[in-house]
Amino acid sequence: MAPALVAREVAKRYGETEALRGVSLEVGRGELVGLLGPNGAGKSTLTKVACGLVRPSSGTAEVDGHPAGSEPARAALGYLAELFRFPGWMTADELLSLHQRLSGSQGERAERRELLELVGLAEATQTRVEAMSKGMQQRLGIAQALVGAPRVLLLDEPTSALDPVGRRIVRELLGGLRERGVSVLLNSHLLSEVELVCDRVTIIDGGRVVAEGRPDELERPRGVEVETDGGTRVYEGAGRDDVPAIVAELVASGQRVYGARVLASTLEEVYLEAVGGRTG
Amino acid sequence: MSAEAPARLRAATTIVGYALRESLRRRVFLVVLVLTVGFLVLYAVGAHFAFRDARHFAAGQRILDPTAFTGATIFGLALFAILFLGAVLAVFLTLGVVRGDAETGLLQPLIVRPLGRATMLGSRFAGAAGISAAYVLVVYVAALLITGVAGDWWPDHVVGPGLGLAAGVVVIAAISLLAAVFLTATAQGIAVLMIYGAGLTAGLLGQIGHALNSHTLKSIAQVATWALPFEALYQAALHALVSNTTGLTGAVLQLGPFGGAQSGGVVLVAWSAVYIGVVLALAITAFGRRDL
Repeated sequence: MAPALVAREVAKRYGETEALRGVSLEVGRGELVGLLGPNGAGKSTLTKVACGLVRPSSGTAEVDGHPAGSEPARAALGYLAELFRFPGWMTADELLSLHQRLSGSQGERAERRELLELVGLAEATQTRVEAMSKGMQQRLGIAQALVGAPRVLLLDEPTSALDPVGRRIVRELLGGLRERGVSVLLNSHLLSEVELVCDRVTIIDGGRVVAEGRPDELERPRGVEVETDGGTRVYEGAGRDDVPAIVAELVASGQRVYGARVLASTLEEVYLEAVGGRTG
Repeated sequence: MSAEAPARLRAATTIVGYALRESLRRRVFLVVLVLTVGFLVLYAVGAHFAFRDARHFAAGQRILDPTAFTGATIFGLALFAILFLGAVLAVFLTLGVVRGDAETGLLQPLIVRPLGRATMLGSRFAGAAGISAAYVLVVYVAALLITGVAGDWWPDHVVGPGLGLAAGVVVIAAISLLAAVFLTATAQGIAVLMIYGAGLTAGLLGQIGHALNSHTLKSIAQVATWALPFEALYQAALHALVSNTTGLTGAVLQLGPFGGAQSGGVVLVAWSAVYIGVVLALAITAFGRRDL
């Protein structure tokens, strides 16, 4: 079975600006992949290429085994843009109904109710978009992306306008989607969020992939921190396997050991190292 | 019919319905209704006094038919106003539907659905053209009845001029949609109304050329009106109003707004259809290649 999403050497040039310089990426079935990078790194362009909104200058992309932008590819995906707007005069229910008709969903009212409940907008069925807060609109956008039960979900900064409760709702939602086998490409600036929910992470900078892997693969050991009656000491360069020897040595020298902790670089540190501290 | 056809049709009707509801909620139709009622009331008052004064003015002479002269003149002017109102509606209904909506982020959530860009654009055109054409026909019939009741005058051809005006606004809707692909909403509105003005100027040139019997001016006007066929369709509609009117009345009418009027016949109808097709094909091709 073809992967949910594949990008092969995708490049995109806008005039003199090279937004993507040969990015390759794969999202497996039921996999949740985080796309990280500074502003202007090319994350949104890559997502738009996958949606068929932007044509690559070279390279190819496939969604659900079909060329990106083709009708079968678009039928398989749900998308929430970073900068989106819904007609202010529409109610939440009307908006989802519109997208049901366009996507050919047979879910009717039950699907709309389920989706609004899923994003915490069960009480806002008849609320007009113009009367919603930015956070509510973003959650409605996620519900819209889920209309028709897509097999591939492309979310571009889905939590940028959400408060902590809203973010938690989205995190739980993403977890639930993974259990249902939905593949997700999550484009986000919130590293902690990506670290919590994603199976794999791809970091792009300047239109190129600069790091990728599982979060625990990307995080490198930084040493071992030991707490003794003489204070806290850090053994730089030491790893998990060194802990028994360090503790034994300290005990042999007459010190009391209260705890030992292996230190690893956080995703944030990995990210900062990968992008060289740049911001867009 | 392929298996995709019903899905495409459903998507197309959904987009047409969406555009209609959007116009209703934005109160476009309310504004148009108020303006139209205002126009028709003023037209009725004007027609009543025009016929009354013309009969009084022409009493005692039998050379010029005052009813035909007055009826044709004011109804000819009404056609101009109806085409203008129809053009404004066509522009409003297509305003910002591609680049404008893409820049605000309204378009992308719809475009990623499996309806296809051509279907999307075709639906927007069908909605705008259908509503504008229907609007023009309704106002045309209303103005025709007002003229008939006020002065007991009816044009030589009743159906043709109405259909010509309706076809004219369909051409304008197509031009406006093409402009929507490239221009922001404000620039699009200005550009299309300027194109409309260019067509109008071509018509005036034709009238001047006719009055001065200048073949050069008449040729320039003819080329320009066919390059913008909504003007040629308007000219053909004007011509059909009095095409059977002869004698001094017919000759005097040629000095007025009917001076540049020309019948286009079947060739004009065919050319307009081809023109609309080419403009739409350009719009769809450009939209298909556009990054959003």
